Amino acid sequence: MSMTQERANAAAYGAERPLLELRQISRRFGSSPDLAARIAIALGAAKPAPVVHALDRVDLSIRRGEVLGLVGESGCGKSTLGRIAAGILQPSEGTVLWEGEDRNGFRGRRLRDADLKAQMIFQNPMAALNPRMNVETLVAEAPKIHGLIKGPVGEYVDDYLRKAGFDPTMKRRLPHQFSGGQRARVNIARALAVQPDFLVCDESVAALDVSIQAQILNLFMDLREQLDLTYLFVSHDLGVVEHISDRVAIMYLGRVIEEAPVEEVFARPNHPYTQQLLAEVPRIRPGKRRFAAMKGELPSPLNPPKGCHFHPRCPFAFERCRTEAPATREIAPGHRSACHLNDQSAA
Amino acid sequence: MTALLDVRNLVTTFPGGAGTGLRAVDDVSFQLARGEVLGLVGESGSGKSVTGFSIMGLVDWPGKIAEGQIIFDGSDLAKASVETRRSLRGRRIAMVFQDPMMTLNPVLRVGTQMTEALHAHEKIGKAEARARARDALGLVGMPSPEERLDAYPHQLSGGMRQRVAIAIAFLHRPDLIVADEPTTALDVTIQAQIISEFQKLTEDSGTAVIWITHDLAIVSGLADRIAVMYGGRIVEAGGIAEVLERPRHPYTRGLIQSVPSENSRGTRLTQIPGVTPSLINMPEGCAFRTRCARATAACVQRPGRFGDEDSYHRCFHPHEEALR
Repeated sequence: MSMTQERANAAAYGAERPLLELRQISRRFGSSPDLAARIAIALGAAKPAPVVHALDRVDLSIRRGEVLGLVGESGCGKSTLGRIAAGILQPSEGTVLWEGEDRNGFRGRRLRDADLKAQMIFQNPMAALNPRMNVETLVAEAPKIHGLIKGPVGEYVDDYLRKAGFDPTMKRRLPHQFSGGQRARVNIARALAVQPDFLVCDESVAALDVSIQAQILNLFMDLREQLDLTYLFVSHDLGVVEHISDRVAIMYLGRVIEEAPVEEVFARPNHPYTQQLLAEVPRIRPGKRRFAAMKGELPSPLNPPKGCHFHPRCPFAFERCRTEAPATREIAPGHRSACHLNDQSAA
Repeated sequence: MTALLDVRNLVTTFPGGAGTGLRAVDDVSFQLARGEVLGLVGESGSGKSVTGFSIMGLVDWPGKIAEGQIIFDGSDLAKASVETRRSLRGRRIAMVFQDPMMTLNPVLRVGTQMTEALHAHEKIGKAEARARARDALGLVGMPSPEERLDAYPHQLSGGMRQRVAIAIAFLHRPDLIVADEPTTALDVTIQAQIISEFQKLTEDSGTAVIWITHDLAIVSGLADRIAVMYGGRIVEAGGIAEVLERPRHPYTRGLIQSVPSENSRGTRLTQIPGVTPSLINMPEGCAFRTRCARATAACVQRPGRFGDEDSYHRCFHPHEEALR
């Protein structure tokens, strides 16, 4: 990309170059057939192995210091996108730019540094912690290997445990001796211990009780201020995403269908899917109400519908939606949506 | 009006700890009228599910109902024989579980499981049972119910499985349904679909519901009354608007404030410090006092119920002001 073009892009976003940029990312899961299988398929003797289209040409950028919420139903590809952003999964197609440079071009020290700067916090803290290692070993492992600890290991670990709100006097215990909330804190300390700039939180508070969830959300917000962190916050919980995010991206069946600042998307949702999804945000409001329901279920990513993926469930779908996938267009500053209805109202 | 269900001073214990065992449900009382929806709210380990199991008579040995009465339509279930309970279960009292695979047998077709439940309580022919099963599936919004009767549970999505579980619960038009977190594992859109079907069915048939959940938002739009559990006890109970707008127990208040709302964006949530104590080392007196900002020496005594049967709290230092 030329310098002028890059400057133009930066001006369009009204900010410096994003920390992380995903361009036209696709990811498919499925086995590639060997020669015998290919011949059998060509002769019609076998069916091609099913391929899951988890991501379909996704564009997304995350600016330094912001919290981007990524929302969608199970199976929409939000975790896959989170993993690609964290660098633990390679896209089938497309480029990932880290601080403006193609991550694929990184080698040696640059690659290692970029990998360390993006960390992931998983949903199930028990599955992410080795049950036979105590807390100190768990937290110290990665920074030790990467030579980040200059002074005594114990102090380094205590420092990061305290940052995560975990009492360092308990660091000799094993993961099973802790509650879910404490395990979540160990996971956070472990991610922080390699001094990242960017955290991908994949449903990191989903498994916690309400009162513990509030503690962890507060911790995430404190850490963001203290350590100047950038988050990609993947969640199905719209209430949580609304609370913590600056910007929200909404996914449906492998595509980002809408992206906007959080106030904007909750006040003026554009895509019909977003509108229906936001109508379901559970709120504490006393008084019986009718629970209205969006019809249908998320279609299988093995065989996504043609055209706009949402058209079978969309009340406004017309002929064009069934054949042509809508392009993402900017409908207001910073508010992008992929829906054919926007073309109609503009015309 | 006599209550359909009157739970009085229920205590369910599991062996362990010192003395009389662990009191998973400790002195729980509530009433439920016909057609009423009670939201039983609490976090993990609060005893809400064990309360549901106690009503169903599904507390497995070595756990047992140690004290109290469960008066259902005039007779005490806590003392009822195994046969009596079995004849009520599924017919007049049904349960919907969080995980529909707990209800469904993975190796039987949906239709087989549904007609099995019908044959257990009624003498009807095969064709009639199948027709009724099909109608029940249709009522919970299952597309092409006739074909689904021949499907196995693994061929259905999570939401569809939960529809089957609910259809089975409604087969005999029970007087009472105990729903234990039936939508927790589902996506928001599917959750709304299931609650909407559930609401229609209970209203049409006049079924009373105990909706067990940790989700205050669902309960706020679904229930007539709410009971908040902590450490095995109901710490606050009352009408839904009353409790949510003017929570008196500090735990209820903390729980409501812990939930992110449209007003909380960018601010810190008011959090409850500490963690839920386990049954083995439950604090004496008020179970919440170790996490409570208002606790005093008085809280070492066990708080009684302040208020009347329909609306009460267990706190020596209740909040009086409305929330927000």
